[in-house]
Amino acid sequence: MDKFRMIFQFFQSNQESFMNGICGIMALASTQMYSAFDFNCPCLPHYNLAYGLGILLVPPFILFLLGFVLNNNISMLAEEWRRPQGQRGKDPAVLRYMFCSMAQRAMIAPAVWVSVTLLDGKCITCAFCTSVPVDSLGNASHPQLSQGEIQRVLARIPCKEIYNGQQLIANEVAVRYLRCISQALGWCFVLLITTLAFLVRSLRPCFSQAAFLKSRYWSHYIDIERKLFDETCAEHARSFAKVCIQQFFEGMSTDLVAAHCHLPRKAPADAGEAAEKLLGITDQGTMNMALKSWHRCKPPLHLHPPALPTENGWAGEGQPPTHPSVPRRETAAYYSWV
Amino acid sequence: MDRFRMIFQYFQSNSESVMNGICGLLALASVKMYTSFDFSCPCLPQYNMAYGLGIMFVPPIILFLCGLILNRQSLMMLEEWRRPQGRRKKDPAVIRYMCSSIMQRAMVAPVVWIIVTLLDGKCLICAFSGSMDPEKFVGFANVSTVQVQQLLAKVPCKDDELMRNNTSRKAVSRYLRCWSQALGWSILLVLIIAAFLARWLRPCFNQATLLQARHWSNYMDIEQKIFEETCCEHSRLFAHKCILHFFESMRQEIKLHSFSLPREGEGAEGEKDFLQGITDQDQVNKLLKTWYCEKPPLDVSQAHQR
Repeated sequence: MDKFRMIFQFFQSNQESFMNGICGIMALASTQMYSAFDFNCPCLPHYNLAYGLGILLVPPFILFLLGFVLNNNISMLAEEWRRPQGQRGKDPAVLRYMFCSMAQRAMIAPAVWVSVTLLDGKCITCAFCTSVPVDSLGNASHPQLSQGEIQRVLARIPCKEIYNGQQLIANEVAVRYLRCISQALGWCFVLLITTLAFLVRSLRPCFSQAAFLKSRYWSHYIDIERKLFDETCAEHARSFAKVCIQQFFEGMSTDLVAAHCHLPRKAPADAGEAAEKLLGITDQGTMNMALKSWHRCKPPLHLHPPALPTENGWAGEGQPPTHPSVPRRETAAYYSWV
Repeated sequence: MDRFRMIFQYFQSNSESVMNGICGLLALASVKMYTSFDFSCPCLPQYNMAYGLGIMFVPPIILFLCGLILNRQSLMMLEEWRRPQGRRKKDPAVIRYMCSSIMQRAMVAPVVWIIVTLLDGKCLICAFSGSMDPEKFVGFANVSTVQVQQLLAKVPCKDDELMRNNTSRKAVSRYLRCWSQALGWSILLVLIIAAFLARWLRPCFNQATLLQARHWSNYMDIEQKIFEETCCEHSRLFAHKCILHFFESMRQEIKLHSFSLPREGEGAEGEKDFLQGITDQDQVNKLLKTWYCEKPPLDVSQAHQR
């Protein structure tokens, strides 16, 4: 648990490390998906090619899109691209940098899938078994069959249990041949990708290092600015909500005092934090009314400005209620009669 | 847990340690790749050699390039090599030191692959079974040339119907494996002796230059890290100022346009400071829209002067 948390913290510490972490997880997920996937070649002449190439090419496309979806920066890139210029110029180099770094990370999982598929060999064996050179690899003394028959027999190569063409071409020979081609393609693909990555990484300092540093700085800046703005807005929203609700309760309590001539029963001896927090609502009926009002008639999103201290001591508690103070004095007088 | 954390921290503490760690991981990855790779020799006369030698040499190239890509120091070396001189002189000894240390680390994983391949023997058997002299082996001695090529090519495939119980196949296989393992062990011995001599004799030559080169190479690494951290800090402060300035200018704009001046008493609650004079749904909407449509300029000099 502790180990997991440490690894998690290491990756979270830095935005780039976090994205690298996601990238690595997706690559592992892609190998796991491949080994868990139950490859089932149809062993029929025209379906083999479609199935084999489909399994080779469609999941990488899905993984590529998933790489973009899981990347938080995609919305940042889109926002920066579409925003109106306003008072801040737009730098296309920054947009290009953001897009390139996202695309590079998104390409890793598809490349892993394609390499693992090619090195394993099942897809290519399935897709191209009907194109095996029977003349060079097959048995010389095979019966003369029509083209269609040959295609059907060859299509069954990946399915050893139903293969009936041993006289035409031995199953192991064909499978070994196709697998050899597949693995050669796989290694060449990995070599090509690695060489490209190496060239991209090593040619950059030779040509555009200053521009790169600039783009990287401003790309990080945009990210940090967005996060800080969200945090500031969240704080503002919190304060807004607090004041709004406070004013609602105050409004409630003054309304009730005005409408029902209700005794606020403010014990001066206990006046302190607890009494303040009750905001003038001290019995079940009043509370129920407050809750109902909150549901039925939410206050407008408009905070009253804070009042200056007035003579009757209502400093800082909403608008000075000149009207309710009269009934208050009345009830106080009545109370004192009792 | 504690031990793992200690190891992790040890490797992180020093850039060189990180690179040694990556180097070790790549070597382990190379062994794992070899064991999980399903070697299947085509057992056809023209394809065997290409396949066998391909499996022996192409993955090492890939691992070498990976070793260069994953090493941060290689980028640093290239930057240092290509930067304009400016006011800091370039020291070729430092660049040479970095280059040699990068190359040494990058060569470990490919060498591990080649040695594991040779010690296992499958690659060499696949590649060179067709080049054997058939006269040396009883089972292949009196066969026609074309057929002998076919038969020899099938030696690596134990399960082939022709080769299943063929004793000559086993003989060829053992012979080639013996050569392969001898080659593997010899290469390993030569490399270890070379590494030993290089490390032992190095202090005899240019030790002072070496110490200087190592110091300045570490320095460059630390300087780069600190620069990046400072840029991050700066960018955070810049963003903070920019946003505060934006809220402030929004508040002033609202003050100018509306007549309901927010009266700020001395006893204003702490919460009101956060609100920054924006106390209305419309005002908030306007603020958010302005943030999107007209981001403030990247210039906090006025805010700074205040």
